[in-house]
Amino acid sequence: MDLFQLKKAPTVYDAIVVGSGAGGGMAAYMLTKAGAKVLLLEAGGYFDPADPKYMTQLKWPYESPRRGASTTRAGGDFDAAWGGWEIEGEPYSSKPGADFHWFRSRMLGGRTNHWGRISMRFGPDDFRRGSLTGIGDDWPITYDDMKPFYDRVDKLIGVFGSVENMHNEPDGHFLPPPKPRLHELMLKKAATGIGIPVIPSRLSILTQPINKERGQCFYCRQCNRGCSAYADFSSSSVLCIPAMKTGNLTLQNNAMVREVLTDSKTGLATGVSYVDTISMQEVSVYAKTVILGASTCESARLLLNSKSARFPNGLANSSGVVGKYLNDSTGASRSGFVPALMDRKRYNEDGVGGMHVFTPWWLDNKKLDFPRGYHIEYGGGMGMPGYGFGGGIEALNGKIPGRDGKMKAAGGYGAGLKDDVRRFYGAYVSMSGRGEPIPLESNYCEIDPNTVDKYGIPTLRFHYKWSDNEVKQAKHMQDTFEQIIEAMGGMPMGNKPGKEQNYGLAAPGRIIHEVGTVRMGNDPAKSALNKYQQAHDVKNLFVVDAAPFVTQGDKNVTWTILAASMRTSEYLIDQVKKKNI
Amino acid sequence: MKRRDTLKALSVASFGMAVGPVEAAVPEPPEPKPAVKLLPGRQKFEAERDLKLLAAEKFFTPAELQTVTILSDIIIPADAKSGSASQAGVPAFIEFMMRDQPRNQTPMRGGLRWLNAKCVSRYGNPFAKCTKAQQIDMVEQIAYPAKKVPADLTQGVAFFTMMRNFVLGGFYTSKMGIEDLGYVGNTPNKWDGVPDDVLKQYGLSYDEPKK
Ligand SMILES: Cc1cc2nc3c(=O)[nH]c(=O)nc-3n(C[C@H](O)[C@H](O)[C@H](O)COP(=O)(O)OP(=O)(O)OC[C@H]3O[C@@H](n4cnc5c(N)ncnc54)[C@H](O)[C@@H]3O)c2cc1C
Ligand code: SF4
Repeated sequence: MDLFQLKKAPTVYDAIVVGSGAGGGMAAYMLTKAGAKVLLLEAGGYFDPADPKYMTQLKWPYESPRRGASTTRAGGDFDAAWGGWEIEGEPYSSKPGADFHWFRSRMLGGRTNHWGRISMRFGPDDFRRGSLTGIGDDWPITYDDMKPFYDRVDKLIGVFGSVENMHNEPDGHFLPPPKPRLHELMLKKAATGIGIPVIPSRLSILTQPINKERGQCFYCRQCNRGCSAYADFSSSSVLCIPAMKTGNLTLQNNAMVREVLTDSKTGLATGVSYVDTISMQEVSVYAKTVILGASTCESARLLLNSKSARFPNGLANSSGVVGKYLNDSTGASRSGFVPALMDRKRYNEDGVGGMHVFTPWWLDNKKLDFPRGYHIEYGGGMGMPGYGFGGGIEALNGKIPGRDGKMKAAGGYGAGLKDDVRRFYGAYVSMSGRGEPIPLESNYCEIDPNTVDKYGIPTLRFHYKWSDNEVKQAKHMQDTFEQIIEAMGGMPMGNKPGKEQNYGLAAPGRIIHEVGTVRMGNDPAKSALNKYQQAHDVKNLFVVDAAPFVTQGDKNVTWTILAASMRTSEYLIDQVKKKNI
Repeated sequence: MKRRDTLKALSVASFGMAVGPVEAAVPEPPEPKPAVKLLPGRQKFEAERDLKLLAAEKFFTPAELQTVTILSDIIIPADAKSGSASQAGVPAFIEFMMRDQPRNQTPMRGGLRWLNAKCVSRYGNPFAKCTKAQQIDMVEQIAYPAKKVPADLTQGVAFFTMMRNFVLGGFYTSKMGIEDLGYVGNTPNKWDGVPDDVLKQYGLSYDEPKK
């Protein structure tokens, strides 16, 4: 076997950014635009959704021999996520009885190539739930600190939505939202009729052009494949590739960072060491500042693995808080069949790659038996058939009268079955609640004492259990879903999950909004980072993914990652100008 | 080749048939269509895996494929609007899925064996050699999962449900099936809302009631 070589690269960059997803991409973009020389290290390969070499947009299911089944990718053959819940050679583990699922993408742009593009700001209350409710903690910053950055992210990246003037769903600089689809109009009518608001969704998709580099949405409903027109937000197309065009970015793909290097005398970060995943060589690279954007759990892993005599608990961890307070959105879902939608007229209703309407949190938790809210995402319509289409029809076609008005036996075969499929097509709706949990110190990731990945890097072990707060919230979701489906004249499908199934509450990690493992705060004894996401212990070390987030609101987190990373990048530029770093 | 010979021997022996091997008795169905060209954006391990699977030895014996084909066309026959499952290439898709997701192999092979054994005991022939009426008679016993069936048929019901799901999935993701459904998207367009006649049909509109 070859022994690896330790290569030393002579260049000292202004900054090294680890990871090219939402957080890392934004930092690389901001810093290179400001003239800094940046090295961007990305564990996965190169990806550009406009390059035909990678393009799966507008492909048909029969162009895949498995019709897009998810055999090798969690999202199926056409999906732009290289990776998924399990990656060969990169294991993670959970303590018995504590289940955690970790979705990773290994590619330029990370998980932003296939994410749902749901782009919501946190509201003023989301930054101070602790003081508002007496449970949980406040952020060290407020909505007012973040607002200018949300505004700039809206304009730089583009997001559609509608002005609603709701206190905790702040409006942004919105492009026009697409009109609701048929089932969305029906959902809206039914839900608003029972007091549940339904408003245009807020997705980072260009319904109008915003600059010359990016095109306009042509309504293919395939944002999860990556957009060849750059009409949706992916960090690859919207941040990393433009950053390369400045001439200030050095992109190193296939670079799996092992640890952050520090100077034992000054305690400052000096660079990182990484494994070249193709040659398997170990490489050390140096910079004046190190910025971690490897994603919530991975950034915690990097810090915990960066142990030295000076930092025996891992880097930036004198508080011992790194890895703790890991939290993911809660999630539960239900679907329904809407007889009124049977035998629909056919037309192209693809629309954008996501829902056109959603329900923001609408109730007052003071009057409920759980402390935090959730929003509802909707699905349905006459979509492109994919692997598994028609599966489970036997659960439905015995419940719906045939054309002759007579009931028939479930299942079946032949011309009658074929007719059922045509009649039922596009007559389903689905809804998913996404809610805020209470972050707990007892939910955490740590370095597994026994396991390393194929690069020899110690891996993570998770401890995560939902509390009663989240279970009660899921129960409320299920009751609400049933009410909405019934208000539409629909039939809820499957069995309503009850107490024994935690009301369908998804296992931790499943909603893929993990945050919190490298908390920010004003007190260095209780947090790893200050309010600029700068390590209390190491002033030239920053974290720009969702690891610094104290809570996650009842929103999806990525827009806040982008705004916070922009804010940190600006702060860093300012600090360098002031010669503080 | 070895595997196939063993199976051939088994099928003759276990069904106690006087006639020759099943394979010889039925015409060779057309070979599944060869390799689709690889999708763009495959990761290295995916591309290698795809190529290997596409070139791999067939999972189904010709006799099995024949049975799968007959079942597919019973589940999705041609009608006034579109062709049958086999005309849409469904058997080849199922063949590929056996290689792609080996967990399907035992339920599929075992299910086919179950079906043949049942047909031999009921009609004296394996499924493919039964008359059309016998085949339908058999299918009728296992096609309705909500109906109570005798205890010796429950496994057959589970097998047929699996088969139905594979066939529906294969047919409606084919060009023919997509046209049958009337899905007209997957093409650049401008979404400007639900057509007016459809809005009218459902009594809906885009005008907001004044707040
Ligand atoms: C199916 C799905 C749907 C989603 N939908 C939404 C949504 O609608 N709205 C929303 O707000 N969020 C959504 N999310 C979540 C969203 O994708 C993430 O919040 C976001 O991508 C996180 O950005 P990040 O920069 O922290 O990390 P990532 O996007 O995960 O990027 C991290 C990058 O770092 C690289 N990396 C990791 N470790 C190392 C290492 N050691 N060395 C070098 N590089 C490394 C990875 O390869 C990756 O490219 C969704 C996620 C999924 C999977
Ligand atoms: S829906 Fe619009 S933005 Fe999304 S991939 Fe299609 S064209 Fe691009």
